[in-house]
Amino acid sequence: MTWGVDNLTVRYGGQLALDGVSVGVTPGSVTAVVGGDGAGKSTLLRVVTGLVPPDGGQVHRPARSRIGAMAEVPGVWADLTVDEHLAFVADAYGLDPAAADDRATRLLRRADLIDARHRQGGALSGGMRQKLAVVLALLHEPELLVLDEPTTGVDPVSRAELWRLIGHAAAGGTGVLLSTTYLDEAERVAEVLVLDRGRGLLRGDPGEITDGRRLEEVVIERQQEAERERGRNREVAA
Amino acid sequence: MTAITARQVTKTFGAVVAVDRASLDVEPGEVVGLVGANGAGKTTLIKVILGLLAPDGGTVALAGAPPSRRTRRRVGYVPQGLGLWTDLTLPEHLSLSGDVYGHDRRDLRDAALEASAAEVVGALPLGLRRRAAFEVALAHDPDVVILDEPTSGVDPLARSRLWETIRSVADHGAGVLVSTHYLDEASRCDRIVLLADGKVVAHGAADALAADRHAVQVASDQWEQAWQRLEAADLAVLPAGRRLRVSGARVDEVRAALGDLDAEVTLAPATLEEVFLEVTARSGDG
Repeated sequence: MTWGVDNLTVRYGGQLALDGVSVGVTPGSVTAVVGGDGAGKSTLLRVVTGLVPPDGGQVHRPARSRIGAMAEVPGVWADLTVDEHLAFVADAYGLDPAAADDRATRLLRRADLIDARHRQGGALSGGMRQKLAVVLALLHEPELLVLDEPTTGVDPVSRAELWRLIGHAAAGGTGVLLSTTYLDEAERVAEVLVLDRGRGLLRGDPGEITDGRRLEEVVIERQQEAERERGRNREVAA
Repeated sequence: MTAITARQVTKTFGAVVAVDRASLDVEPGEVVGLVGANGAGKTTLIKVILGLLAPDGGTVALAGAPPSRRTRRRVGYVPQGLGLWTDLTLPEHLSLSGDVYGHDRRDLRDAALEASAAEVVGALPLGLRRRAAFEVALAHDPDVVILDEPTSGVDPLARSRLWETIRSVADHGAGVLVSTHYLDEASRCDRIVLLADGKVVAHGAADALAADRHAVQVASDQWEQAWQRLEAADLAVLPAGRRLRVSGARVDEVRAALGDLDAEVTLAPATLEEVFLEVTARSGDG
């Protein structure tokens, strides 16, 4: 592991959002953080990108300018065209315009957005917006790519195109950290961390931790154990 | 009596044919998945089935009768946005539904909903909110249940509980139609109807749809190299754990693309997602 977090704790007010969580991201591979609404996925990703300060634990990440990130609500401007988005991001990172344009063209082709270059952000479908956000995050060839639920609400065709962008980035040596609510997506990656109410429930190579069973089965079993433990703790507290 | 029958349903909006001669049946006791990409016509077809849109051609029957206010009483519908009032509690929703449909169902089926009964549903976490929407839609014991993306955003345990509810509704005799674009969700249905460009392009049980279809699996220590070579050969490659998968290609094509690279190339049964991508790609070409 090169990037990631060790024993990370984050509190919002009195509430523990993350409680001793660890996860690693290796260059040239994809790590997935899986969990439902409120599990702490976005908080973890925001700590890695530097948007949320940790209350405890270590964070390993490259320089800010070497990270590419996409928030849960993709930052796409309604009144800028796809090309204007790319030019804006290229300028913000101080990229050479000709080289950036060349790279943008290749990324847009891979994302099947090449015919949408002159369309405004507001006129793109949800799947197209997500793809554009990933293209923008990749434009400056980051060492670490952080994507918060890139495939939520996206149809299977755009989902495959997103995974192709992600796989391509990893094949080029980028470390990818993404979050998802879907376990079948976690089976696509090299390392998975399952979060449940701010705690790490399961972590490792999905092929190894399942030991021939379905990942879903294993996760549900662990979630039920955690639920029983919470029940016991409540009884003790009462 | 068949719960849902759609025969040769066509719906156009101006020059756009949103649904094109689509037919499907949902029998009592079965869960049917309606699967398609965005813009494939799922929502339009559901609106026609619910009687919210009039078709330009074809017919629809709910429990044997065309959609009307009377059949609407036999239908339970959970839209993607859940259709709850965020400032009412779940018991308030049930009492409202009781007045509308004439039932006196007020009990809550599980402890977690019971514990949060005093809270307005807008304040509940998404998993509970989805369960609350199910309770409200099912309170009048409908014969026909239509669910739009019923489990998106929830964790695996919450998802499995929602599916237990869906199963038990079907076991009690309702016909259930689940619209989804998650193939993992679709694989839990008894039968699947695949929609592309408004047309039904394939239908059947998940196993039957995937039978005799394969993907090529590639394992290599130099996976970055493998990826680049497969992509350069214009093959549809996707990451799969520490391996790669190529759909819609033959083993010899994949081997040729890999060239002298040290890699293990095997044939594996196709996933439902790969079947979908293949079937819809073909319909897009034609």
